[in-house]
Amino acid sequence: MAELIQILVSGLAAGSIYALAAVGFTLLWQASQTINFAQGEFVMLPAFFVLVGVHFLGLPLWPAIFFGLLLSLLILGVAFKRLIVEPMLPHGTLPLVIATIALGLLLKESVKEFYGATAQPFPAIFPQTVYNVMGASVSLQDICNLAVSMLAIGGLQLFLSRTRTGRCMQASAQNPAVAEILGVNVKRMVLYTFLINAALATIASVLISPIYLAKFSNGETLGLVAFIAAIVGGFNQIRGALVGGLLIGVIDNLSAVYISAEYRAAMPLLLLIAIILLRPQGLLGTKEGRSV
Amino acid sequence: MKHLKLLLLSLAIGALVVAPIGQGNYIIYTLCSWLLFSISAMGLNLTLGYAGQVSLAQAGFMGIGAYITALMTLAGIHWIVAAGVSISTCFAVGLLLGYPALRVQHHFLAFVTLAFNTLLFLVLRNEEEITGGSFGLVGMPRPSFFGISTNSNLAFYYFSLACFLTAVAVMWWILRSPWGRSFKALRENPIRAESLGLKIRRQTLLAFAIGSAFGGLAGAMQAPLVQFIEPGSFALVHSLKILLMVVVGGSGYFYGPMLGAAVVILLPEVLRFTEGYYLIIYSALVIVLMVFSPNGLIGAGQKIWTKFRPKHEERRDMQKGFQL
Repeated sequence: MAELIQILVSGLAAGSIYALAAVGFTLLWQASQTINFAQGEFVMLPAFFVLVGVHFLGLPLWPAIFFGLLLSLLILGVAFKRLIVEPMLPHGTLPLVIATIALGLLLKESVKEFYGATAQPFPAIFPQTVYNVMGASVSLQDICNLAVSMLAIGGLQLFLSRTRTGRCMQASAQNPAVAEILGVNVKRMVLYTFLINAALATIASVLISPIYLAKFSNGETLGLVAFIAAIVGGFNQIRGALVGGLLIGVIDNLSAVYISAEYRAAMPLLLLIAIILLRPQGLLGTKEGRSV
Repeated sequence: MKHLKLLLLSLAIGALVVAPIGQGNYIIYTLCSWLLFSISAMGLNLTLGYAGQVSLAQAGFMGIGAYITALMTLAGIHWIVAAGVSISTCFAVGLLLGYPALRVQHHFLAFVTLAFNTLLFLVLRNEEEITGGSFGLVGMPRPSFFGISTNSNLAFYYFSLACFLTAVAVMWWILRSPWGRSFKALRENPIRAESLGLKIRRQTLLAFAIGSAFGGLAGAMQAPLVQFIEPGSFALVHSLKILLMVVVGGSGYFYGPMLGAAVVILLPEVLRFTEGYYLIIYSALVIVLMVFSPNGLIGAGQKIWTKFRPKHEERRDMQKGFQL
């Protein structure tokens, strides 16, 4: 029982960070039909921006995180949209898929060449004290990670449904032509989506790097997990990405303990295939019309 | 025009025959791997360029082919039989994988194949009794035909070339047959194709399965070429690499995959002087290419060609004269 609680808590904590990446993924898909294969690298990179701030500019941790956020918004948000996504949108999804694959490679190799190939320790934001709850050891870091990601996603949901800008963003995602006619600046709304994705990636990066260390190759697994979480939950729902992320986190930890460490990575994939076979729109997703 | 095409074709085949003579082992090896990756990319081109489906498991199918061939030839069975089994297994797996995925929306095949490739990698790595785990399999014999062994590198090159030319001929025949034309119809206008009585799902599924079978053939050639296979050679990254070959060359063009495979295999050699930066330069080049020419190199070439080609111009002076 104690073991189970322990697994559940750490699974949920990891899952909530996956959910951050998955939510960004679904947002980009909705707003611009971009399947971002570089999403994992988007989560890997901000940690290095923060490290640059700490080690080379001599900033304290919090200003360095702010510096990292600014750089991410600029590079992963504005530059990504202006230089890569925008010119390619008229050509359909496929060239964009290839370009994001190449972008992921570019980011990964650049970090490896210009910062270092070894895993870098990342300063912890939350105290790592461990509490004893009913015989299970639960770390404060996990609880804080869970709380921060939930707050971020909850805040985002509120922003999208309660504010005027948020509703405009939803409208542009659902039907850009009609939104444009009704006076919504669709291009600006899409830009906001990219900024939000960059911000979510930064939060996820800062939360996950103290646990897994900052390494150039972190993006490979993170990207795949975010991808699976988004599809399992439902590609067109923020709630779906949240549920998918949490589910993957818990299943991942459960299978590492109870099934086999070797096939740990296979469980989320099997879940993905099962979901596509049985409920292709995802657990919480709504059906989209057939493409043909 | 037809004579010119035939002439160019025989020139190209002649160049392929002459190319490895007098070259070192390394260059012959690179040429062989270009031939086999061209076959694999050609298969993916059928799925991607003609049927419009993204498959992210082409390296996985090569892995299936390579492992089946390796295990069978190590057990003393002739390569031809092993290759036949590899190709038909890949075809069958393609059907099984594609059938449920194509039941739903178009981009789901990409997700299913992505998961499949990663799963296959795990199975190859973990089932050590059969696949040798992460140590892989070594010492696959190279085939011999009618007493002629392909043990020397030059002989193996001609064997690869024969496989390659057969694959090209088969692909050319598929694309010219009513089947192939229906693939093209699907890509150009699926709704119209369906209204003319084509079964979209069945055609797309077939294209995917045939494309996967080409991957199986490439894998069956890779086992005796490298004589060492391990799970890492068939990971997702390599599927992305083959996808890159198709798109860089120009998806939907017959010669696109061959050009793309050449670029993807040779560019690292050309960029070797940049040392660690080559992957950075390489990926940046791909992004630039995609931004400016989503149809790949052949598409870019066509664009430039039509810009410079002399156009048929109206004779203005005649118009004037007509008015007078």
